[in-house]
Amino acid sequence: MTSITLDRIAHAYGGKPRSESDYQLKPFQHVWEQGFAYALLGPSGCGKTTLLNIISGLVIPSEGRLLFGDKDVTHLPTEQRNIAQVFQFPVIYDTMTVAENLAFPLKNRRLAKPVIDRRVAEIAKMLDLSADLNRRARGLTADAKQKISLGRGLVRSDVSAVLFDEPLTVIDPALKWELRSKLKSVHRALDLLMIYVTHDQTEALTFADKVVVMNDGRAVQIGAPADLFYRPEHTFVGYFIGSPGMNFMPAAVKGDRADVAGFEVRLGAIYRDLSSDQSVQVGVRPEFVSATSGPGLPAQVRRVVDLGRKRLAHVTLGNHPLVVGIPREMEGVGDVVNISIDPANTHVYVADIRVQGTAP
Amino acid sequence: MIDKPVNNRAWFFVLPVLGVVLFSSIIPVMTVVNYSVQDTMGANSFFWNGDQWFRDLLNPTTTIGARFNDALFRTLAFSLACLLIEVPLGIALALCAPRKGWAVGISLVVIALPMLIPWNVVGTIWQIFTREDIGLFGAALVGLGLHYNVTQEPISAWMTIVVIDVWHWTPLVILLSYAGLRAIPDAYYQAARIDGASRWAVFFNIELPKLQKVLVIAVLLRFMQTFMIYTEPFVVTGGGPGSATTFLSIDLDKIALGQVDLGNAAAMSLVYYLITLTVCWIFFTIMTQLERRGDV
Amino acid sequence: MTFVLDHIGFDVGGVRVIDDVCLTFQPASLNVLLGPTLAGKTTIMRLMAGLDQPTTGRLLHYGQDVTGTPVRKRSVAMVYQQFINYPSLTVYENIASPLRVAGVAKSQIDTRVREAARVLRLENLLQRMPGQLSGGQQQRTAIARALVKRAELVLLDEPLANLDYKLREELREELPRIFSHTGAILIYATTEPSEALLLAGSTVTLSQGRVTQFGPTAKVYREPAHIDAARVFSDPPLNELPIAKHNETIAVQQDRSLGRVNALSHLPDGTYCLAFRADAASIGPAATGELNFSGAVLVTEISGSESFIHVDVGIGTWVCLVSGVHDWAPGQTVTVNIDPTRVFIFDTSGQRVQANVVQGAEA
Repeated sequence: MTSITLDRIAHAYGGKPRSESDYQLKPFQHVWEQGFAYALLGPSGCGKTTLLNIISGLVIPSEGRLLFGDKDVTHLPTEQRNIAQVFQFPVIYDTMTVAENLAFPLKNRRLAKPVIDRRVAEIAKMLDLSADLNRRARGLTADAKQKISLGRGLVRSDVSAVLFDEPLTVIDPALKWELRSKLKSVHRALDLLMIYVTHDQTEALTFADKVVVMNDGRAVQIGAPADLFYRPEHTFVGYFIGSPGMNFMPAAVKGDRADVAGFEVRLGAIYRDLSSDQSVQVGVRPEFVSATSGPGLPAQVRRVVDLGRKRLAHVTLGNHPLVVGIPREMEGVGDVVNISIDPANTHVYVADIRVQGTAP
Repeated sequence: MIDKPVNNRAWFFVLPVLGVVLFSSIIPVMTVVNYSVQDTMGANSFFWNGDQWFRDLLNPTTTIGARFNDALFRTLAFSLACLLIEVPLGIALALCAPRKGWAVGISLVVIALPMLIPWNVVGTIWQIFTREDIGLFGAALVGLGLHYNVTQEPISAWMTIVVIDVWHWTPLVILLSYAGLRAIPDAYYQAARIDGASRWAVFFNIELPKLQKVLVIAVLLRFMQTFMIYTEPFVVTGGGPGSATTFLSIDLDKIALGQVDLGNAAAMSLVYYLITLTVCWIFFTIMTQLERRGDV
Repeated sequence: MTFVLDHIGFDVGGVRVIDDVCLTFQPASLNVLLGPTLAGKTTIMRLMAGLDQPTTGRLLHYGQDVTGTPVRKRSVAMVYQQFINYPSLTVYENIASPLRVAGVAKSQIDTRVREAARVLRLENLLQRMPGQLSGGQQQRTAIARALVKRAELVLLDEPLANLDYKLREELREELPRIFSHTGAILIYATTEPSEALLLAGSTVTLSQGRVTQFGPTAKVYREPAHIDAARVFSDPPLNELPIAKHNETIAVQQDRSLGRVNALSHLPDGTYCLAFRADAASIGPAATGELNFSGAVLVTEISGSESFIHVDVGIGTWVCLVSGVHDWAPGQTVTVNIDPTRVFIFDTSGQRVQANVVQGAEA
């Protein structure tokens, strides 16, 4: 039960990077605290799997140190690191029953049979596998097999961290819900450090206490799901989290007003004069911009999307595309609609980084 | 499955092959069947013999029956011995073969070399190799104090044929196993490491189960070939000493072409063929059962 | 130019996999085949393409019976889930391949390939091999190959399932636009209701090889004719409550009675299934309506700006949608309030009660 520290960890295949772009994983500094659930979220190729593999020991980083508690484990082989890993597709031993699969890690460590049996029963109960204990593992469904993979990791009491590498990829969509909830309840029950790699934001936001959003080998923001949603520090986070992502418009910002395509947008804080900076953008999520029957900025409606529980309109303000919400009460939407933007949830980004304004 | 387009003109392309197959396979087989139910006194006079040849053949008390029985037994023992050595050895060497880097290509070529040599040349190589005077193998064994004489000692002869087959064909098992091993995703090995499994446990619980299908093919191929072995014993020992290495095919050759005892030979070759066919069918059934059980 | 499936049935090994499917697809339409895995979406698409022969029924295109026509002679293009491209040909050659097979003139080939590449934003990648492309680029190459064929029937079998969800969002927006000019009938198979809603057009809900409903997407969503259609078209899963009405009172399993419920008072006596989607229920500390149930929170799932709360109400587990990011602790007692205007009532055979007949249902 320890925390994991990444001390200036970086990785470049081949070991001799000549420039930033050669790095698979750019220098990373972070402490993963015991008992927390973390998600590594990002698009393909962002380095999240590399980072996971460095923690598990399948990849030795070309730079930096990895510490489990105070111990330097950078070069320690996987089997000595007290971690468990669940892979993208279920990894089970075909020839064994479910019970034997779960008992395998304990048998290899030569624990006494009654201890093993008890632990297996405990974990099987937690994962709803008790009924299948004596069945051949091979014949089960994919989600049951993934639970077995997970169970094999949890069954060892010396495990200090469980690592998940996109574990729900092969699971039938109808069962993803169940398995997600199960993972979360397991986390709550066992107080282990869990690190979960995914490119699906729902999985990340549901599972994690803290999410590490990654892009291009770098951690762009680390924060609680709510923070990532309400206060993205980087335009990438605004874009990646939320479906659809944040709206961004180039603007000239001064004081508590922003000039977007000739229209004036109120901001929730006071900013210094950024009107001459070319890289300034104003970002606001579709959840905080809505079509309104009252006063607002006029926008051309391009398309209306009906998502069942909500409706969205793709509009243009001036010549900037925006996605806005349509309130339930509003029946129809014409060609032009007034939109109102919530100042409290409008952010200002300079060169993709959020700028904090002063409170009004 | 996709419905293939029906194009009757395609049959014309098949005609030449049909002709060749007819001439080289079907008509000779029909001839053999013909011989197996008839007796001849030479000079093209044939008498109907019904199933008498078969009855004699399968009756161990007749001379021909006893002879067939011995040869069959010898061949089965030989197949078993070869399988017992080649399959484990092949798997073991496949496990040692490099999986990454420049060494892979070279290793695979070196492994494959023995299979590329024409079979009678293999026989000739070993024939010289095993001579106690000028052959390295023979001289080495004699030098070690062993009673090794391919032409006179039955045990030496047997052992030599087995060694030749192992040398010649283990590469097939190696390559098949190697391909099977390469197909195992890395995640299994990683999971096993995390589970703290020993090398043996990894072998028994991951590698061997995943090699099942490949091994069925390897065993089938090896069994068939050892069951039909002809060239190597013919070249190296001629079937001797005595009848120590007279396997079914060699025996058949002696009866058919040596003694020109066509009826017996025909019956024997048909029985031989049916045994091989039955074994194939058994393996095929096993393979389809494995397929049906599905993969993980 | 319509494409009709007329009482199509398909058996595999003696098992009826597709049963009595009757559908009519209009030209220049986008149709979504929605159903869980193994519902028959891929099978139906293969039957439409001519890769499999139906056991019963006919396929009509332009009014002509094309059931026996081999796939090569049909004007059909298919895009698969696993980005299928010819691995040894460049992107250019991949896109050009159907044109070469069809014997199109060389000059035409170049123009059409470049145009398709432009639409799919592949102009800079034309000389690359599929192995050098990312997943999204490979799939766009496969789509370009389908586009360049100018087929009248374009079948997409969960084409975006193997892509990152952001890439999926982007490509999903582009797809209808890409094919809209061709006038083709677009059939898009998916397991996710949200994809059907985002693509709009018309939706066919499939359950175990049967069509449960066919109509404009929003309509199928809002007015499911059958409980199977509602189940298929709900993500998170449909919340269900078996009820029995007897003499003005509504009884729920396990001897719980709701007393008189005004919203349900018009129903004749009998047993029904009351079903509602996650957004029809709100969570509060107290009861605010006629239909309320108290339960314990099991787990909260956060998705962007919304939270899905799983509540165990004793008679079952329900998923409720709450806007905003909440993290209710498991075990906390809450009350689920169901909005009676947004529930569906299904009778014992699964048919929806109190609905006007759904338009566009199977002919």
